[in-house]
Amino acid sequence: MTDLLYSEIEEDLRASVRDLLKAQAEPAAVIARTETAEPYDLKLWRTLAADLGVAGLAIPESLGGHGASAREVAVVLEELGRSVAPVPFLGSAVLATSALLGADTSSAVVAELLGRLASGDLIAALAIPLTTAPGGDFPSTVTVAADGTLTGRVTTVADASAAEVILVPAVGADGPALYAVEASAVSVTELTSLDLTRRLSTVELSGAAGRLVPGSAEAAVRNALTTAAGLLASEQLGLAEWCLNETVAYLKTRYQFGRPVGSFQALKHRLADLYLAVVNARAAARYAADSLATASEDVPVAVAVAQARCSPIAVKAAEEAIQLHAGIGMTWEHPAHLYLKRAKSDELALGTAGRHRAALAGLINLPA
Amino acid sequence: MTATAVDAETVRGLVRDLLAAHDPKTTERSAFLHARFDAGLSWVHFPVGLGGLDAPRALQSIVDAELKAAGAPDNNPRRIGIGLGMAAPTVLRFGTQEQRERFLRPLWTGEEVWCQLFSEPGAGSDLAALGTRAVRDGDDWVVTGQKVWTSGAHAARFAILVTRTDPDVPKHQGMTYFICDMHAPGVEVRPLRQITGEAEFNEVFLTGVRIPDAHRLGEVGEGWKVAQTTLMNERVAIGGMEIPREGGLIAPVAQTWRDRPELRTPELHDRLLKLWVEGETLRLVGTRLRQQLAAGAPGPEGSVAKLAFSELNQAVSGLEIELMGEEGLTYDDWTMRRPEKVDFAGRGPGYRYLRAKGNSIEGGTSEVLRNIIAERVLGLPSEPRVDKDVAWKDLPR
Repeated sequence: MTDLLYSEIEEDLRASVRDLLKAQAEPAAVIARTETAEPYDLKLWRTLAADLGVAGLAIPESLGGHGASAREVAVVLEELGRSVAPVPFLGSAVLATSALLGADTSSAVVAELLGRLASGDLIAALAIPLTTAPGGDFPSTVTVAADGTLTGRVTTVADASAAEVILVPAVGADGPALYAVEASAVSVTELTSLDLTRRLSTVELSGAAGRLVPGSAEAAVRNALTTAAGLLASEQLGLAEWCLNETVAYLKTRYQFGRPVGSFQALKHRLADLYLAVVNARAAARYAADSLATASEDVPVAVAVAQARCSPIAVKAAEEAIQLHAGIGMTWEHPAHLYLKRAKSDELALGTAGRHRAALAGLINLPA
Repeated sequence: MTATAVDAETVRGLVRDLLAAHDPKTTERSAFLHARFDAGLSWVHFPVGLGGLDAPRALQSIVDAELKAAGAPDNNPRRIGIGLGMAAPTVLRFGTQEQRERFLRPLWTGEEVWCQLFSEPGAGSDLAALGTRAVRDGDDWVVTGQKVWTSGAHAARFAILVTRTDPDVPKHQGMTYFICDMHAPGVEVRPLRQITGEAEFNEVFLTGVRIPDAHRLGEVGEGWKVAQTTLMNERVAIGGMEIPREGGLIAPVAQTWRDRPELRTPELHDRLLKLWVEGETLRLVGTRLRQQLAAGAPGPEGSVAKLAFSELNQAVSGLEIELMGEEGLTYDDWTMRRPEKVDFAGRGPGYRYLRAKGNSIEGGTSEVLRNIIAERVLGLPSEPRVDKDVAWKDLPR
């Protein structure tokens, strides 16, 4: 049966992740880091991945992971959304990991990669444009030559600049395939991303050698996109919740016209609506996570509903946070802008809300 | 029974016993309902002897499912919704043992229908401003005033009633709560025809109505506290219903969409899908709420369900009119009827659109609910209160 609540284990996991992020990713430090040569906080990543084990949550114990599920990964994403910490979790622990989990996990190549991902030794990225929605055609911008080398270009790849291995979907004479390529064998050019805490790169391959990932490449990419789209809703939930909580706290202390601003009905109603939105986002995100965790037949609907609902809610929450913080919300020193940039980027990531509604139309028999 | 915990097995056993002793196929409806009440299977979370088992509320769904599967008659809960959802929990919490024993059984079986005499022409959202006077006279109270928006008053045997008993103190302090006999001399019910053409509601005029002090609920002057219990339960009753996927007002629109491709436009398509997604999400919010209740940890989600459903219903029913094209310009029936319950499914799109407009007004306006969420859930400061320390009689009106 569907379980939309959080288990005790999930709440414990949340508490550990939140404590760590509070201590090591406070907003001023996150903002300062965005303009340095090290935009990713790899020390924080190692603590998260190795000490708390969050990188291996969804990986079976037999492959070196923790044998948890998408439900636990979702809780981690809620906390990462709440802190916009600069770690490559979505790219490595969600997209690349889910791609490998959708491939032939009994093969030595996949087992070796998943083992290193689980321990936090390895950061990987999946070479697809971040805007790719589940359910589309197999990516075809990279081709496999007769000698097995890869050539082509993939734009807006998430977290690629932090990755040591890039998983590249490619098309050759035998059809779609997935290759694991060492980052040193390709050219990774970081873009100036709208989202300061999730970096995007262009990945170029000119005759690069890679290891073929056994299994169905289509299944691997599909698993990555569906899982990531469904779980992104939890990041959007955490982000929206941070925006609501911070704004409520600020409006209790900010005085104008001789009263706390939060006592004015016009503003209270907006925050009540935002609360309502967060409650909705939580229900939709939890359902997607639970459906993915139980491999429910309802996964396609659950994922489409979660993205259609949570992505506009996160944007609305971030926009309201800026507006209701007013002047201070427009400054670089206040962290609200990091959340708006993340929320707006997440709105495009893994299919827009409109794309997911269109997908839903087919699933629930409401055709155009 | 109270000493030992009641579990699902106990409840299943009691349902089996009830069905064995009273075969639904041969037992007359009201006899079955009486037996069910006496077996404690009416509302399992109520006390033993009052239709319950002192059991966790979550076990009720087992009872309902098993009795439904056995073809047992139900008590038509929509028809007696005000009694079940509002009067019963209030009588249980604030009533004397005598009142509970007198009123709860016929209320649950539906033999005695209840209505709610709260709103007044001058006191809607500001309920505590109400002016219906109750004056003590020996063992009775004498009540005079006017109530409005009373659904089901024409079919009701009893009412829950809030009155003003002390005009010299601030408005929240001078109120007292009663059970009013709707057949008492001086009670006059007049249909109030509304926007849909029907008269689902009433105006109720109370002229020198005598209510025995034994029908008072709670202490004199504590009517506001009692009313809070009623209102909280009202919102839970409105917002807490379980609905299937694509249930509610989206169902007829979705069906029309499937049946009549000639009505489709790209713009309507995206709006329909948006509302479908909202409806599905609210269904999941409701599931979460019930899972929280079952786990014994009710969350604040309950306060938002009613607000969210009101807005969704209005948007969906508005879209339905647009989708209907020319037919959207017509209405099914303007005859003044007196329905026993609101029946969205039995009427046309025009009715659904017009009636849904009331969802954000009845049972607390959306604006009042937003204030409640902002202040009680989010902890935002209240607006300055100009009426707080002023005697009711000195308030401008």
